[in-house]
Amino acid sequence: MTTEQPALAPPPPQNLAGKRARRQVSAVLGFLITLFLTFLGLLAITFFIGRVIPIDPVLAVVGDRASQAQYDAAAAAMGLDQPLYVQFVTYVGNVLTGDLGRSVSTGRAVAEDISRFFPATFEMATLGILIGVVLGVPLGVTAAARQGSWLDQAIRVVGLLGYSVPAFWLGLVGLAVFYARLRWVGGPGRLDIFFDGLVTPITGMVLIDSLIQGEVEIFVNALWHIVLPASVLGFFSLAYIARMTRSFMLDQLSQEFVTTARVKGVPERVVIWRHAFNPIRVPLITVIGLSYAGLLEGSVMIETVFSWPGIGNYLTTALLNADMNAVLGSTLVIGAVFIVINKVSDVLYRVLDPRAR
Amino acid sequence: MMTTRDWLLADSPTSRWQANAGRAYRVFTALLRNPLSVLGGIIILVLLLTAIFAPWIAPYSPTGQNLTQRLLPPSGTNWMGTDELGRDIFSRVVWGSQITLTIVLLVALISAPLGLLIGAIAGYFGGWIDRILMGFTDIFLSLPKLILALAFVAALGPGINNAIIAIAITSWPAYARIARAETLTIRNAEYISAVQLAGAGPIRVIVQHILPLCTSSMIVRVTLDMAGVILTAAGLGFIGLGAQPPLPEWGAMISRGRTFILDQWWVATMPGFAIIIVSLGFCFLGDGLRDVLDPKSEGKS
Repeated sequence: MTTEQPALAPPPPQNLAGKRARRQVSAVLGFLITLFLTFLGLLAITFFIGRVIPIDPVLAVVGDRASQAQYDAAAAAMGLDQPLYVQFVTYVGNVLTGDLGRSVSTGRAVAEDISRFFPATFEMATLGILIGVVLGVPLGVTAAARQGSWLDQAIRVVGLLGYSVPAFWLGLVGLAVFYARLRWVGGPGRLDIFFDGLVTPITGMVLIDSLIQGEVEIFVNALWHIVLPASVLGFFSLAYIARMTRSFMLDQLSQEFVTTARVKGVPERVVIWRHAFNPIRVPLITVIGLSYAGLLEGSVMIETVFSWPGIGNYLTTALLNADMNAVLGSTLVIGAVFIVINKVSDVLYRVLDPRAR
Repeated sequence: MMTTRDWLLADSPTSRWQANAGRAYRVFTALLRNPLSVLGGIIILVLLLTAIFAPWIAPYSPTGQNLTQRLLPPSGTNWMGTDELGRDIFSRVVWGSQITLTIVLLVALISAPLGLLIGAIAGYFGGWIDRILMGFTDIFLSLPKLILALAFVAALGPGINNAIIAIAITSWPAYARIARAETLTIRNAEYISAVQLAGAGPIRVIVQHILPLCTSSMIVRVTLDMAGVILTAAGLGFIGLGAQPPLPEWGAMISRGRTFILDQWWVATMPGFAIIIVSLGFCFLGDGLRDVLDPKSEGKS
């Protein structure tokens, strides 16, 4: 997942502080350059998908009964008579100014649509990662501390299931069991229908907006609805986080300083949670970051199942309507967020881990 | 008297064929010692046999409708129940194994050689070729796979062939990275220099002497990735961009069953179990293969 950073230029022999400062500057520069290139690559890919693959984008707009003159006019209006690199530069310029084109199905600007739908996805993915971290880390630590126990085996199975259960299927089964049979959670959607439109969107996240406006009843209802989709997402991050935590902890627990601490008579709880756990906090941040980015992707499937009005639902609706501006706009936004989270967790690792400095 | 086993385990094989067979035999016996990889192997074997013998295994036609038998719960005659058009779900799941197997095989056959070639070229030549190819690879690697596959299918048009192409396009970069890393470790080996001095050109060196050495780590990685490929393909089918009805693709079947999930749970859940079992099978087998084939653990023994 992580990309290799370009090798740092060897600093000239100087005093240590200057050397470090210089190295940090070149590290930051290298980071910005890879970030820039990755974004450019993302733009190139969406551009390629949008302008090059479809056999004829003009035909899609004017229809096959248009005259040659109409056809040429439409091509000129879309800028398609320009050479490809000019089109690409125009495209990059448009994206940078926040112009992602107009959605055919909603009739609004894609950028506006996305900013309207994104908070719902963000809310669900964030709750999902919280569930994943709060449960996954302690489970992973416990599994490592009691290697070979039934709990360890159970966590291994959960980890493998995280790789082999389709997210949309788990969502459906969850709805059938916890909503239809047991009535423990709310059904699809963010709120019950009669609460719809009662909260003025401020942040766009119902949980937060309802709290700000003091609507406790709506808050409870929103919580009731978000629990299941967030738990399904949380399951996948839990599986990954627990597995990684376990393997990091096993590495630490076999180190000599852990044995020393045990021999000194340090209580086992302290050995595990202080001596062994402290050093793995930094790599865990990377794992959590990767898992968070993965959840944004996973929410595309989950949102379809739960009729969740987020960017994933927007994307899938657009896909089925062949609404390419909306498809490419959402791809671009999800891709950009994914890249940023990936790179930031990579950088955090470098900044926080003294060995990587 | 020399048994087949002795011939396979001979310390000094007399032919390349004997050496290869001996190695395959060692890997196989090592795999047999790990119960989970045996289970994985059995699952994949069952998948293969089901796909091949689907016409004889499936009791009913996968597309034959019988509107008097709509939405029947699982029973002795319809093991997994029937769907909204009265089709037998078990028969459809059996026939669906062919689609899953086709997707998995084609994705592996397209993306692994492609990644292998790009990685080997980048690693062998180094310099700016390496930088350009790997820069390209890294960009692909840092993008979300599923979203990218969705966007590609949207542009290419829905359908199973385009789904396969889209998944293959998004999965080669990981293989390129592995192949490059492997190539870098063997590029400067003496036998490579010997071949070069004997006058072999880059194509010959890469194809005959570097690629074969990358295959074992590639097999491990491809097997482990297959679970992800199955899930992505099923996801595309679920959204309606993969295999089109009436094809009995598992993801598309779950999608049809969505409407009935509250009352007729079996329509959506049954194909899901098939997906889980097959994906788990590839995970188990891949884990076992990694333990056996991984060059690092091999060096220790």
